[in-house]
Amino acid sequence: MTDIPLLSLAIWVPIIGGLAVLATGSDRNAPLARMLALFAACVGFAVTLPLYTGFDTSTSAMQFVELGAWVPRFNINYHLGVDGISVLFVLLNAFITILVVVAGWKVIENKVAQYMAAFLIMSGLMNGIFSALDGVLFYVFFEASLIPLYLIIGVWGGPNRVYAAIKFFLYTLLGSLLMLIALLYLFMQSGGSFSILDWHQVQLPIEPQILIFLAFLIAFGVKVPMWPVHTWLPDAHVEAPTGGSVVLAAIALKLGAYGFLRFSLPIVPDAAHELSGLMITLSLIAVIYIGFVALVQADMKKLVAYSSISHMGFVTLGFFVFNPLALEGALVQMISHGFVSGAMFLCIGVLYDRLHSREIADYGGVVHTMPKFAAFFMLFAMANSGLPGTSGFVGEFMVVLGSVKFNFWVGFAAAISIILGAAYSLWMYKRVVFGKVANDQVAKLEDLSAREFAFLAVLAFCVLAMGLYPFPFTEVMHASVDELLRHVAVSKL
Amino acid sequence: MNFVVPDFYPAAAEIFVAVMALALMLVTTFARSAARSLAYYGAQATLIGAAFITIFTMQGEPVHTFSRLFVGDLLGSFLKLMIYFATAIALLYGRSYLGERRIDRPEYYLLALLMTLGMMVMATANHMLPMYIGLEMMSLSLYAMVAFDRESARSVEAAMKYFVLGALASGLLLYGMSMIYGATGSLELSAIAQSTYNQTANETVLMFGLVFLVAGICFKLGVVPFHMWVPDVYHGAPTAVTMMISSAPKIAAFAMAVRLLVWGLFDIAEQWQGMLMMVAVASIVLGNLAAIAQQNIKRMLAYSGISHMGFVLLGLLSGVVDGDQHFALNAYSSAMFYTVAYVIMSLASFGMLILLSRAGFEAENLEDFKGLNKRSPWFALMMLFVMFSMAGVPFFIGFFAKLAVLQAVVAAGYFWLAVLAVLMSVVGAFYYLRVVKLMYFDAPADETPLQAPGEVRLMLSVNGLAIAALGLAPQMLMSMCAYAFIGSL
Repeated sequence: MTDIPLLSLAIWVPIIGGLAVLATGSDRNAPLARMLALFAACVGFAVTLPLYTGFDTSTSAMQFVELGAWVPRFNINYHLGVDGISVLFVLLNAFITILVVVAGWKVIENKVAQYMAAFLIMSGLMNGIFSALDGVLFYVFFEASLIPLYLIIGVWGGPNRVYAAIKFFLYTLLGSLLMLIALLYLFMQSGGSFSILDWHQVQLPIEPQILIFLAFLIAFGVKVPMWPVHTWLPDAHVEAPTGGSVVLAAIALKLGAYGFLRFSLPIVPDAAHELSGLMITLSLIAVIYIGFVALVQADMKKLVAYSSISHMGFVTLGFFVFNPLALEGALVQMISHGFVSGAMFLCIGVLYDRLHSREIADYGGVVHTMPKFAAFFMLFAMANSGLPGTSGFVGEFMVVLGSVKFNFWVGFAAAISIILGAAYSLWMYKRVVFGKVANDQVAKLEDLSAREFAFLAVLAFCVLAMGLYPFPFTEVMHASVDELLRHVAVSKL
Repeated sequence: MNFVVPDFYPAAAEIFVAVMALALMLVTTFARSAARSLAYYGAQATLIGAAFITIFTMQGEPVHTFSRLFVGDLLGSFLKLMIYFATAIALLYGRSYLGERRIDRPEYYLLALLMTLGMMVMATANHMLPMYIGLEMMSLSLYAMVAFDRESARSVEAAMKYFVLGALASGLLLYGMSMIYGATGSLELSAIAQSTYNQTANETVLMFGLVFLVAGICFKLGVVPFHMWVPDVYHGAPTAVTMMISSAPKIAAFAMAVRLLVWGLFDIAEQWQGMLMMVAVASIVLGNLAAIAQQNIKRMLAYSGISHMGFVLLGLLSGVVDGDQHFALNAYSSAMFYTVAYVIMSLASFGMLILLSRAGFEAENLEDFKGLNKRSPWFALMMLFVMFSMAGVPFFIGFFAKLAVLQAVVAAGYFWLAVLAVLMSVVGAFYYLRVVKLMYFDAPADETPLQAPGEVRLMLSVNGLAIAALGLAPQMLMSMCAYAFIGSL
């Protein structure tokens, strides 16, 4: 371990970078704002690398811990640390931020500095969420990250952006405020501590456990999002600019799932067991029903949004069958989905920038005019449907195996959705890319620019690398996942 | 009967403000052309001077003087400092606004000083008589200030409404005080406390008195069902005066509530807590729901203020649970922190209205915020801070205020109350978000550059940044609130 406060750097470098970008002011300085944003994003990523290289895979304890008093009046601490579950998300987040900055390079011409700053600040806040070990600190980052995303959707979004932005904000706020009450209750029960690690040890009777679990369920379930509180997501995705969609899909959705692992399972394990039937049912509904919903979408972004919900259903399913294979699979799925859904939204963004339409019907025969793009899009669509050799396969396969161990029919139901995933991804791909050139506009399309090629190539590399050799990812998780499951198995009654 | 010279030392600040107010009144009568700036700078100097005197005469142990009519303690000193602070900022914001409308007469500043004096007396009263006198002094000054733009029919109407309802509330309060006097045989708060502790008071009469007392306090806080005046007065008064009403007097009303209820009637806390609970719930629900329907931002802020005062009451009513008094310190200091936080946010929100107004144009509709991000990104950001802070979103002070109060409510075991409060906060978030939406997502309807003078801009920037800074580091203010109560309880 080093003495450099790496986690603080991971949080504050992007935020301070964002403020610096904001200070460049009007659009006259846009080139400067872009360069500065890219620089800040790269530095932000660079400071997270030692978190991986210096990570000790043999222990489940928190690493890179920083602890300082923040508000002693309520015993709130600036307490940071990562374990095998959270460290990868910090890296993923910092990595995606670079892509987002690059993806918005040319496309965003209006209020460039504010756009870049919002993403950088959000990136810092999200690193804070993944590394906070104090309940209030977590909550503060969790809720503060709504502000930039609200502005991103509302300012740079599509025609119905105001509705989407407000819906997004209020949905998430409702959930997180109920969580706040649960946090305050835990604060009281633990004898005046906001430390999440202390809460893991608090003994609680079953009734409060169930209420706390439900409060967390609303907060994190909205964020994941789980059926039936998922309706904000397609709206938000459709209206958000490409960068917003990427961050939303790749990182923001993971916050809810991460919350389950950090709060719900270890703090109220008995309630988690008690209600696992409910959770599995909701997850399966998300996986299958939402999979069918995705099939009939006419709008590409909506389709990928619904496919995200379906994939996140896999993740929550993996959490609540309580075995290491499924849990690790769920974590792998989260990382993989970060790459794949990010890539899918970037691909749609590439098309949208050219034709200003996301309707599947407006395309057709894109392969004739954009062969390079078609190749990349093919890879990501395959990964989205879980083709072996891509990252999408690893997580889904592990979750299905784990579920079969738990109950054959649950595993069976989950496996159905792999077929569905292939159906909606590839059918969309077929309609957009293959066939005859649909209209004059498609005929005039230009293939990928060097900038677009670069970020898609990087993502393609990640998707393939993770699919072919997932060991570097799973290795980090092992100790923490085992410890979590051991902890969950012990009753707190 | 021999006359004992009282100890003037603890009341030095009050005496100073009284003397300065009268001296300024005389001087400005003779200073013709310079009268306005003289009155303004004189008032500011008085407030700063009073702050220094208060700091230097502050004492850890409570001291009584003037035959126990007056108490000098940390709570009083802290509240007085906040009162000077809020009044001085409101004067600073308001000066150019009043000047542009040609109503910056020297009397305005004198009234502000007299109002301050009234509030100071409220903060340090140990007896119901000075409490009432302080309250009237504050209220009468405010009635006059609301009507200061006497050409405006709306202002005069608002002042009239404020006066009539205010007089009624004063009557209720006095009636309650007389009942309590009947029940306990004293008007002095510590004697009342003693009498209720020994249970020598006639319970029926005491309860009757308590009801009227609570009604009077609720009127001054502006909470449901005594809130009718709030939107009309906020709307009708010149914005600078609205700002005045929504800031320091809230601290004074809080002081009154604490002095009368906690100092005087702590042993029947569970009775008044029950009343406050109904009032708090009604305020939070009605304030937030009614705010949604407002197109006029002054009315919207009025309703939002009603709901914020409901939150303050949530803190006050969580002090004693089943006779257990050890939550009291936590709960009351949380309520005080909330009040101070609200005042800071409220000053900034009305400061924004003053910034957007100019000679011949009143910014008071939601529409006036349209496209502010285009006209001035910096001040749009400041308003964003204010709105998210009021909605209770971190990293702003409003979040910690809500956290402190909710924590007290949860500690007292009122879970349903906490759930209701957060559900209503979500409703509240909607109308705050709408302002942000207008500023950031819409195109400006009015492209005129902002014309507010440098002092308003500077003050607003400081105020907005303070909301963020106190949200990042709330510890100092929080522990000051707690400390003020520890030293005085």
